[in-house]
Amino acid sequence: MIGIIRYGAGNIFSLTAALDRLGIKYGMVHSEADFEQFDRYIIPGVGHAGAAMNKLQQSGMVDKIKAIQKPTLGICVGMQLLTAHSEEGDANMLNLFPIKTKRFTDSSEYKVPHTGWNQVYSEKENPLFKNIPIGSHFYFVHSYFIEFNPAYTLASTNYSLKFSASIWRDNFFGVQFHPEKSGKFGETLLTNFSNL
Amino acid sequence: MSLAKRIIPCLDVKDGRTVKGVNFVDLRDAGDPVELAWNYSNQGADELVFLDITATHERRKTMVELVKAVARQINIPFTIGGGINEIADADALLNAGADKISINSAAVRNPALIDELAKAFGVQFVVVAVDTRHVDGKNIVHLNGGRIPTEKETFDWILEAEDRGAGEILLTSMDHDGTKGGFDNQFLKQVNDAVHIPVIASGGAGKVQDFVDVFEKANVDAALAASVFHYGEILIPDLKEVLKQNHIEIRNLS
Repeated sequence: MIGIIRYGAGNIFSLTAALDRLGIKYGMVHSEADFEQFDRYIIPGVGHAGAAMNKLQQSGMVDKIKAIQKPTLGICVGMQLLTAHSEEGDANMLNLFPIKTKRFTDSSEYKVPHTGWNQVYSEKENPLFKNIPIGSHFYFVHSYFIEFNPAYTLASTNYSLKFSASIWRDNFFGVQFHPEKSGKFGETLLTNFSNL
Repeated sequence: MSLAKRIIPCLDVKDGRTVKGVNFVDLRDAGDPVELAWNYSNQGADELVFLDITATHERRKTMVELVKAVARQINIPFTIGGGINEIADADALLNAGADKISINSAAVRNPALIDELAKAFGVQFVVVAVDTRHVDGKNIVHLNGGRIPTEKETFDWILEAEDRGAGEILLTSMDHDGTKGGFDNQFLKQVNDAVHIPVIASGGAGKVQDFVDVFEKANVDAALAASVFHYGEILIPDLKEVLKQNHIEIRNLS
């Protein structure tokens, strides 16, 4: 069963609705004591990365999250929390991935926020994108991106530059897009995560 | 190899039912919003917009119920607009599962609302909807479904909205809306070239070629329409096929 880590950043209605539609069981993690009862975790998050990191610190769950050995998926800002640093609020993050979250440079050609459906390319063999064709579209809405890094980038997307649409290190996964809003391929990804 | 252009059906909702008027009057009932939304999602719509035109004290409650019902069943993003006047309205809708909120008259009356919403929820949550109409050779912002002219020139207002923290602009040409004569490509291009946030074109869609034109001529990020979709005059799979034939980037469904 998935434990959704609740630290006060963003709503999770759409995520739980998607899990309900897929018949994937989940519960809530509000404190360190709640971790044990789950076999995998999702770290959600929308809004300001620096503010989200502050809330996560106030929740008292940082040390526990950094020590997780079970499959863990960060979504959107929840993925950015896993990086070393974000330019949004010039904030230090969890540093589970020694790479950075940066802001897109906006222009009339490459507008920011990067909003809409863009193509995602798996960079390596992996179980998260099983049964999802390379180049499938997922729904993005974000102004900050995680830099591309061959060691950690699981899947990439191009938007003025090549960035990490997904990252992977050991048991930690992250996706910048919103699988809960990304049609059937998003649902496939959530199902894949639940079966890891 | 790039960001797909979005096709967005717009559902006007009153008291929980979908309506669409020709030039915003003569409302006709076009069905259950959740069922329509589900159908559009299955047909390949990329996003949905709900505009709530309910004008009762129960409004926020009915909007929250609608948003929850949609979020439970639909796996694509959606925006809700209509009667959002303060942070608490937006907060309730966000928590009910809305991806974005759209503000129109409230932002014109109180531009600082854009700043407040962007600060509270992030720019990606804030769509500023602008209804524009030509008056004496100028594009002027109108309120109340295009009935009330303001003092604001549309182009200037859009730049101000972007500056204040709008994450997207939904621009409706009231001169074109309901005419089915095509989008206002010239003005849309002018706006689209000037801003660095996504622009959704609205008003005037009547045939498939109108969508090809608005993407080719104005290069907007998305195109929105209501009645041509609601009454089956344009089917989204057919529309997407023609866009693809014209080398316009669209979302792969399989």
